[in-house]
Amino acid sequence: MTSLLESGQATMTDEQRGQRSRRGAVRAGATAEQMASKQREISVSEFFAKNRHLLGFDNPRKALLTTVKEAVDNSLDACEEAGILPDILVEIRGASSGVVSANDDRFVVIVQDNGPGIVRRQVENIFGKLLYGSKFHRLKMSRGQQGIGISAAGMYGLITTGRPVRIITRTGAKRPAHEVVLKMDTSKNRADVVSDTEHPEDNAIFPDGHGTRVEIELLGKYFKGARSVDEYIQLTSIANPHASFTYRTPATSSAPEGESLSFPRSVEELPPQPQEIRPHPHGIELGTLIGMLERTEQTKLGGFFAEEFCRIGPKVAQQICAAAGVTAQSWVKSVDHAAAEKLYAALQVAKVMGPPTDCVSPIGVRTLIRGLEQGLRPDFIAVASRPPAVYRGRPFIIEAGIAYGGNLRADESARVYRFANRVPLQYQQSACSSFKAVIESNWRLYGLEQPRGSLPVGPMVFMIHMASVWVPFTSESKEAIADYDEIRAEMALALRDCGRRLRAYLNRRKRMRLAGERRDVFRRYIGEVAKACASLTGQDAEPIYEALLSTARRKTVEMDQVLDDEGRVVRDLERLEADESVYIRAGAEDGDDADAAADAVEPGGIAGGTTPAVRRGRRSAAIGDGEAAQGTLFDESDDGPPAVAPGSVRRKVIVKKKKVRRRSGG
Amino acid sequence: MAKKKTTSRPTTDRGGTSAPARRDTDAQTIGRLETLGAAVARAGLSGADPQLDVPARTLANTEWDRKKRTLRMGGATQRRELFNLNQSKRFMQTVLVASGVRDLVEAGKTLSLRGMYYKCLHTIAGTKEKTLEDQADSDNALEDLEVTLGSLREELHVFAKKKGTMVGNITVIDNGDEIDCRRMGTGGYGIPSICEPGVVRFGKCDAKFVLHVEKDTVWQRFNEDRFWEKHNCILAEGGGQPPRGVRRLLQRLNQELGLPIYCLLDCDPWGHYIFSVIKQGSINLAFESERMAIPDAKFIGIRAKDYRECELTDDVQIALNDRDIARAKQIAEYPWFASHRGWQGEIRRMLDNGFKMEVESLITKDISYVTEVYVPQRLRAKDFLE
Repeated sequence: MTSLLESGQATMTDEQRGQRSRRGAVRAGATAEQMASKQREISVSEFFAKNRHLLGFDNPRKALLTTVKEAVDNSLDACEEAGILPDILVEIRGASSGVVSANDDRFVVIVQDNGPGIVRRQVENIFGKLLYGSKFHRLKMSRGQQGIGISAAGMYGLITTGRPVRIITRTGAKRPAHEVVLKMDTSKNRADVVSDTEHPEDNAIFPDGHGTRVEIELLGKYFKGARSVDEYIQLTSIANPHASFTYRTPATSSAPEGESLSFPRSVEELPPQPQEIRPHPHGIELGTLIGMLERTEQTKLGGFFAEEFCRIGPKVAQQICAAAGVTAQSWVKSVDHAAAEKLYAALQVAKVMGPPTDCVSPIGVRTLIRGLEQGLRPDFIAVASRPPAVYRGRPFIIEAGIAYGGNLRADESARVYRFANRVPLQYQQSACSSFKAVIESNWRLYGLEQPRGSLPVGPMVFMIHMASVWVPFTSESKEAIADYDEIRAEMALALRDCGRRLRAYLNRRKRMRLAGERRDVFRRYIGEVAKACASLTGQDAEPIYEALLSTARRKTVEMDQVLDDEGRVVRDLERLEADESVYIRAGAEDGDDADAAADAVEPGGIAGGTTPAVRRGRRSAAIGDGEAAQGTLFDESDDGPPAVAPGSVRRKVIVKKKKVRRRSGG
Repeated sequence: MAKKKTTSRPTTDRGGTSAPARRDTDAQTIGRLETLGAAVARAGLSGADPQLDVPARTLANTEWDRKKRTLRMGGATQRRELFNLNQSKRFMQTVLVASGVRDLVEAGKTLSLRGMYYKCLHTIAGTKEKTLEDQADSDNALEDLEVTLGSLREELHVFAKKKGTMVGNITVIDNGDEIDCRRMGTGGYGIPSICEPGVVRFGKCDAKFVLHVEKDTVWQRFNEDRFWEKHNCILAEGGGQPPRGVRRLLQRLNQELGLPIYCLLDCDPWGHYIFSVIKQGSINLAFESERMAIPDAKFIGIRAKDYRECELTDDVQIALNDRDIARAKQIAEYPWFASHRGWQGEIRRMLDNGFKMEVESLITKDISYVTEVYVPQRLRAKDFLE
């Protein structure tokens, strides 16, 4: 799809021509001239009007989500680029006034930001022209990439409702706000201005004095739950804790006024602004190289490599040229196809540094934790931010997080929250390499339940974020990350990193529960022991009980300690809590402990698990005795076990040999 | 800690049965129980780990005394700790049973194993858990106590269910009642659980030997044929694996009256092990071997060779299953069998046959073949395994 877009119109025309000529062949008699009269260029917008599913407008439900998403993506990008902490308002309301019923399918989507605003003369281009944008031609990390999104949404609205797009934008308090109503001309890939009003005094809409507001009426369907706009806002807020969202849902029968949800900002600083980069030698294809050779302003190859690529200095340029049989002084113009191929091969094997990574801005562990904490309220969060890696010469960073426990449902499969450049991906989960990375990891190693070939089961959410100058999506609707080995491997590493810390946390929870059980086992038996001792010796039971109780406490603490290889006590609680990529909700374990103690009182709770009877059965030693039953071996005999009451034919314990101590001098 | 002072039996004279002697034994038992309780209490009060060292009742801790030809308990102990998650309950049960025994001894009464279970059974305060899950728990605790204290079960005032029957040319005095074992009808004299000299004494005895058979059904055959009368002997049966009472009685008939003991048992690992227990003592109760084992006991049959010698038909064969084979090999490796060429041959022959045979299989020849032909022939020919 990317290549189709790059050479979009030409390809379209070829295809169209092919179709026509086939049809022409059926209708005999058409001359080449007749056919030529029908052959004409199709605009990209016309093509997408007919193939809107490619952009995520497959059905009314998804169209509503895509529209909100494209508008919010643009707003966030604009705010961040201008260094403004984003305040974003999203509103969905029924096109007809009143309560939205299940049959209503016309909605107005309003997205407003406090961004820098748009200069008046660019409004038509940005909102009315497909494939117009600042983002496609550069290698820089941003949410939108091709510049299709918002204009496609406007076009979709126009096609389905006939209503134009309304844009209000203001670039500063001293400048007037512009209200522009645009109608897209699909055949010409440009917008017609329906009305254009200036509001010099209107500060009411934009409290900060600048910002943009878009209103699109469209055919849609409003839902809640998975893959809904509600979920989108929640997820976006998790991945963008520096943005605050206000979200107004349509008025429904259950909420006649509509709901107004707010997702406040939990981080007060903007993510670092990513840098634009030049292509990396490992990330280009032959055709791209030839194209660059044709376009470059450099005359010599040495200069070409040093200026057009990143990470190539004069020395490396010389090496590359030498490997291709030319020199750095060779003229760029002299490079023919064969030479280009040699240069391309030399580029692939050239020893160069990875691309610069300041061009990718990760969310960062602390921000990730803030986002997950506020969005999910779990007991535990572990996040991992991988060092930058490269696929096809494009730097990327994988971040992963696991949120566990708390309000998350324990009886369901884990959920996977996927993000690309901070944008949530809600469709085509199973096609996404991040999802594959989750299910292909063996989570049983980390103490989780996992049915073969699927997601683990438990109160948990996996979060995977890919930040890159160019996220490889499987389609233009940007729903799934393509499956590159380098990307998947990074995802798996990040997930495992989180998994290890989750395991440490789960083990600790288990240990604390065990400690509770131990305390309880000891405590329940020492009462009996004290009484028996008292009756055997005629002493008072109380002091014995008290003494045993305090020993029990000490013993339990000792047993909970874990020793490392050198025999030192491992304080993994402190270690886990000192780990800044881990969050543990205060008091999460106390509740657990209390539960365990309550369980323990149930008969058979603890005792059932550790009773000698269980071990006895397993070890059924085949050694007989004068009076006790012979055990399993001779059960077929008529003779019941002697000297043992009916129903109790169990064997004695024959305890493991290693526990048998030789008594000295015995 | 309540360690056993010595591994041998306390040398209490059990011959005298006067009331003062009995009181002495009781006092001694109570003394031992107090020592045990005091050790636990002392450990508890000093903040140490209360623990009991219980002599290990395992094969590994059983020593074969070649000279005496009996099993002896070795010196190994198993440590039971209160503050060990896996042993905590067992520890509690042992001291609980100990205090129950003390009550019993002080009251001068006895209880069955079942009775002891109920005596110590109650719900632990503040929980729904019972002190004992079933009788096996109290039985085990009691056996631990026996070996730890070095006291016999009888000294702890606990007895087992009665099992085993006897008939023959002898008079016994059971708790003062004279019983003529020649006039016991079809039922025979029920051998009591406690056959110590204090309870059972021997009166007039004309019998020349004892024939011990495995189970009641075979015993009935011999009794109906008046075998003991014709051959002037005592006929006993232990209901499979003979309980302590039967073993003690046989041992006393052998020791005190000098009667040889002949055993007629099935030709299978079960039968072989019964013989081993009668002759050498059992592994679990190795500490009682001195009182129980009869090193001179002899094994008449059924022998593996009998299938051919007695010309038995295929019908009597019971195939050895995998467990039988494993068990037979295990028995063959017991030191007291390992060095015995006769037994090695016997077990090998049984394994070669691939089947086992019951004593009753001889009935296929004739109803009274076993009493009229088989046993008399073997006794005459002195054809038996030691």
